[in-house]
Amino acid sequence: MTIPFYVSPEQLTKDRSDFARAGVARGKAVVAAVVAEGILLVTQNASQSLHKIAEIYDRIAFAGVGKYNEFEALRRAGVRYADLRGYSYDRVDVDARGLAGAYAETLGEVFTAQPKPFEVEIALAEVGAKPQADRIFRIGFDGSVWEADAFLVIGGHADELAAALRPALAGDGGVPSLADALRVSATSLLRRPADGEHDPSAVDGLEAALLDRQAPRRAFRRLAPAEIAKLTVP
Amino acid sequence: MRFPDSYFEVGSSFLEFVRHAAPETLTAALDGRAVDVAAAPTGTTVVALTYGGGLVVAGDRRATVGTQIASREIEKVYPADSHSAIGVAGTAGLAIELVRLFQLELEHYEKIEGNALSLNGKANRLATLVRGSLGLAMRGLAAVPVFGGWDAAAAAPRIFSYDVTGGRYEEREYYAIGSGAVFARGSLKKLWHPGQDASTAVTTAIAALIDASDDDAATAGPDVGRAIWPVVARVDAAGYQRIADSALGQVVADLFAQRRNEVTR
Repeated sequence: MTIPFYVSPEQLTKDRSDFARAGVARGKAVVAAVVAEGILLVTQNASQSLHKIAEIYDRIAFAGVGKYNEFEALRRAGVRYADLRGYSYDRVDVDARGLAGAYAETLGEVFTAQPKPFEVEIALAEVGAKPQADRIFRIGFDGSVWEADAFLVIGGHADELAAALRPALAGDGGVPSLADALRVSATSLLRRPADGEHDPSAVDGLEAALLDRQAPRRAFRRLAPAEIAKLTVP
Repeated sequence: MRFPDSYFEVGSSFLEFVRHAAPETLTAALDGRAVDVAAAPTGTTVVALTYGGGLVVAGDRRATVGTQIASREIEKVYPADSHSAIGVAGTAGLAIELVRLFQLELEHYEKIEGNALSLNGKANRLATLVRGSLGLAMRGLAAVPVFGGWDAAAAAPRIFSYDVTGGRYEEREYYAIGSGAVFARGSLKKLWHPGQDASTAVTTAIAALIDASDDDAATAGPDVGRAIWPVVARVDAAGYQRIADSALGQVVADLFAQRRNEVTR
């Protein structure tokens, strides 16, 4: 009979964090930014059908990085949470804060109780009538939640990207336009790893969506490749 | 609250998910108890007709309980999604719940799967929802829809009718449901003609509702005194659009003026 080794809680948590963090860092980053027209979500994604950005509810969008099957399962759970809540109460009673809480509890429990933590990071965005009413949340693999003011970046190289994007997306110039925010995000996301130069031919590999502030009900709208190409022309 | 396990199961139907996750939020089963059918408000006549580039669905605004009017402003025509419309007749509470569930079913599928159902898929899904209330229908509480939408694959408008058992039938040209349906269909038979444009189709739909209200006490004509007009919606390649009351007021005024000229007394 083997006697299990003692592993301290500190060591266990650290091992799990390192494991999950490595998984998240392999995922291409997603940028979520408050813009004049609404909230922009953009990422690099070679696939046109396996989305990383998706609609949850009337004014709420979801973005996930890391393992596809894990954030896809979380996305579906979020759609079901929102639809059931809106059906039981009213459509206005569905908000991103409540959903962020449910994600946090779920990820937190998986992190401590399951054999393997989820290797994902999630962004939730809720568009309001004015930019001040917009909400952007980031939920980590261990269930921790942050709320961002103007923009956030999740996934690989998130800190470097955030530092590069901060002047344009949260600077003194006020709320950027959709075209400006998309252009600077695309420039940062599409840098060639070899020399750090912008690769304009890679614009086809962008996945982007807008939560449209002016939409009467369902605000989520995917930006088609042609629209992205047009907006990113300086 | 963390997500319960049922939130992670495979499936794209909202109804099946709710049956599993929160059955108490759905319409209650009646446990074999008797129901006072006459006490439930009933909504009546809805017409649907195709025209050259789309279809029009229109419903009157009356709900009745027996011989009394329960509502003058009930709405029986709704968008099912961006490119389809649903009209309902029968027990009002069930009918409106059927619409809500169907709208949610389509939106839920679209969000879960990432693309919308085909028009046939939507029509079949509605048949399943109607069949789900068969038990209530057998006790006299029935709601029956008419469904129409723009079929992007065929680039044509299509209309589907249903019976209480969930039978689904594709209609050509026009259809009507509710207590005034017989009179509305007679009217449409004479007024509908192929190749009419959208505005003629709107006029035809309102004329059919006026004819139904002429002979059926449970169907209301346009309420000129209160300026309450039928709900009229148009669906074409650009999507669902409700016709504004201001435009309908003029159509109603023209129709009444024309009919006044035909009165011989």
